[in-house]
Amino acid sequence: MSRDIFILALLDGMSYAGLLFLVALGLTFIFGVVRILNVAHGSLYAFGGYGAASLGLWLGQGSDSALLSVSLLITGAIAVGIVMGTVLMLLLKRFQDRDPILQLLVTFGAFMIFEDVQRLVWGTQPYFVADVVNQMGTSELLGVVYMNYQLLFVPGTAVAVYFALKWFLNRTLTGKQIVAVTHDREVATALGINAKRIAYLTFVVGAVLGALGGALASPTTSLVPGIGADMIVLSFAVVASAGLGQITGALLTALMIGLSRSFCVYLAPEMEVVMPYLIMVLVLLARPQGLFTVAQARKI
Amino acid sequence: MTALLQTQNLTLAFGGLVVANGIDFSLDEGERLAVIGQNGAGKTTFINICTGLLKPNEGSVRFAGDDITGHSPRSIVRRGMARSFQLPQLFLEHSVRECLQLAAVARQANLSSWKRLVSSSPDQEIDRMLDLISLRDRQHELCINLPEGQRKLLDVGMSLMLNPRLLILDEPTSGVSTEEKHGVMEILMRALDEQKVTAIFVEHDVDIVKRYATRVAAWINGAIAADGSPASVLADPTVKREVLGI
Amino acid sequence: MMRSLMIAVICVAAVLGLALAFPWLKLPLILGLCYGLAALGIVVLLRAGQISFGHAMYACIAGYVVAFLGQRYPWLDGLLLIAAGTVASVLASMLIGAFVVRYREIFFGMLNLALSMVLFTVLGKFYNLTGGTDGLRINRPELLGFQLERAPFELSLLVLVLAISLLVIFGVQRFFESSGGQALAAIKTNETRLEYLGISARKVLWKGYVLSASLCGLSGSLFGLSQGLVTPEMGYWLRSGEFVFIAILGGAGHAIGAFVGALLYEFLKMYAAALVSGSWQLVLGVILIVIIYFLPKGLTGLLRKRKAAIGGGL
Repeated sequence: MSRDIFILALLDGMSYAGLLFLVALGLTFIFGVVRILNVAHGSLYAFGGYGAASLGLWLGQGSDSALLSVSLLITGAIAVGIVMGTVLMLLLKRFQDRDPILQLLVTFGAFMIFEDVQRLVWGTQPYFVADVVNQMGTSELLGVVYMNYQLLFVPGTAVAVYFALKWFLNRTLTGKQIVAVTHDREVATALGINAKRIAYLTFVVGAVLGALGGALASPTTSLVPGIGADMIVLSFAVVASAGLGQITGALLTALMIGLSRSFCVYLAPEMEVVMPYLIMVLVLLARPQGLFTVAQARKI
Repeated sequence: MTALLQTQNLTLAFGGLVVANGIDFSLDEGERLAVIGQNGAGKTTFINICTGLLKPNEGSVRFAGDDITGHSPRSIVRRGMARSFQLPQLFLEHSVRECLQLAAVARQANLSSWKRLVSSSPDQEIDRMLDLISLRDRQHELCINLPEGQRKLLDVGMSLMLNPRLLILDEPTSGVSTEEKHGVMEILMRALDEQKVTAIFVEHDVDIVKRYATRVAAWINGAIAADGSPASVLADPTVKREVLGI
Repeated sequence: MMRSLMIAVICVAAVLGLALAFPWLKLPLILGLCYGLAALGIVVLLRAGQISFGHAMYACIAGYVVAFLGQRYPWLDGLLLIAAGTVASVLASMLIGAFVVRYREIFFGMLNLALSMVLFTVLGKFYNLTGGTDGLRINRPELLGFQLERAPFELSLLVLVLAISLLVIFGVQRFFESSGGQALAAIKTNETRLEYLGISARKVLWKGYVLSASLCGLSGSLFGLSQGLVTPEMGYWLRSGEFVFIAILGGAGHAIGAFVGALLYEFLKMYAAALVSGSWQLVLGVILIVIIYFLPKGLTGLLRKRKAAIGGGL
């Protein structure tokens, strides 16, 4: 493998990992706090993407400004996240004392509904709004030309979001309350923390993150029916391998999966799509609780 | 005569916490041993090691002369050592009768994919056990509907269906109301006599110990501090101070 | 016994009657029954309190084996192909099951999902071997020596699937009532107790797993043969999700539940598609949520969490 190919694969992998992490983050964050595996997270990704594309088509046409494009992407993601997050939260509220598997099936039902809503709103023709990629220009590294969007913006955003979330959880009062609820909901409530409000907040934040992933992916992906389904199972591979609820772990497994995929593209192209699931199988066989789950204290 | 249950230098520690401190112990067939001690003294740990739930760091456990150290609970049960649990372990979605039938089928070691459960075990045997544990009139109730005392009896009943040589009862009367306690113990002891089962029971209630045990062993800090007749052990000053809190 | 026989006769008559009255219903009925078989596989595991989100892989394996053999040896009888497909999935499940039964609940579900996705992605990529995302075609083989045209072929398949379904319902229900089946059900409520009775919970679960996979395999063979086509979609997680959906819909109380659920599912799909032209997923999604909401007892009974630990001092 030549040095150029190696670097290409490395950067491709990191860019892809950034995207994977953003989507997986929402999923694992919600699970960590509210203990619900949200199958409809795939719809958040899809709607985030479609929403960003639509905004780009309505308001971004004719403009050359990368800043405008990015603002539209982010605004779209936040809007989609808040709306859909609230809808899902309201739905799941009715099932909050049920078996977690039932809650999972409810999110599966929601996913089915969203799939058709997506089809009704945006149809089946592919959407592709890539202006922002061109607007950000290119860089040349060691003789290879990269799109700044994939090289810098996406991974940069992922890393920024990671640190922002970490800071939020460790340094702000609300963040610490979230951490408390994650560790023990009952005790947190006994201490006066409004667990319901925390749950709602977490859900919305997780939803926004999922939508953001979709929005950032939209300029480089063709948006068609089915991307939600593909993305949810892929982000699930990231989350399960890291350990459900592990945030830093998710960053590392996203990197692991992203890099293994990009290297496969150059070394063994047929294995490219298989890699994430192969990794998931191997991790689950060796360490079912995930690579980064710290042993939890026994609860009676 | 070989001891039925024997441990040598049984040791287990979790980090710095020593829960079993080189325990040497021996039990003969026919004994009724009461195990007493404060919470955290290591009584249940000892039982868990003997029944295969925990593996010791050092030492050995022998049952009827065979080394069973580190064996699985399943293998130990097959050899004839059964246990009941502090929190009764039942099949909550099955009925009382079905639980006993499952135990009977387990003893016969012939699970069938065709033969119905109801016809897999002799009715008289199940009826007899139901009478023994006084649950005949509730035999078709789902276990989940039983009160604590009856759950305990069923738990022991299931273990007795296995025809064990040794039955270990982990706090058989805990969680049972004071009025029911003696009733439950009477039924249990009568059942054990009928089946000629050697028994170890962990107990906190001194009256029960005095009444039903032929021998008492007191646990303090992961080791046996006193072992002998109920009268002598219960009069032992260390036991009185550390275990009974008198 | 008489009552069961009567119900069976009525159901057979109803299905065949529909098929003869509305010839275009034959294929949907066959596919519906296939879904029923697969969902019954899920129900077997549900009784042990476990859900697999990857069982479509066994339908997929069976389907592809049927397609491979059908293409290479076109003279093979259809019944033989079905048997071969089912056997393949049984063998696969015996191997996979040995690993998978060490896990419980969400880990069990995830591992099955992961394995099915490995299969799905492999099938999609290795075009030369598997036809990639286009899949493989299966030409109508002989059935019991007879080479049939499309209509009689479908009718014969329908009769075959009906017969198989009846046998399966009877056999699996019998299994549920057997000591082995009851031990499987005991895993759901208290696996530790089973061990302390001297029964290997893993072995019991493994047998249940192989049974459930063989039902999915049987379903896949029949499905592929009926459609004349197998695609990687047969093993996609959404398909596994459909099986689970139908299993929940039908309930785990009786083996016939899965088939009732499947036919209901197919019917709703057709009705919804006709009503809101193509938005059947939306309708089914709503129905799933409504069912989960209003049938708490049934669903909770299926999926109630196992009660707690052995208790103090551990």
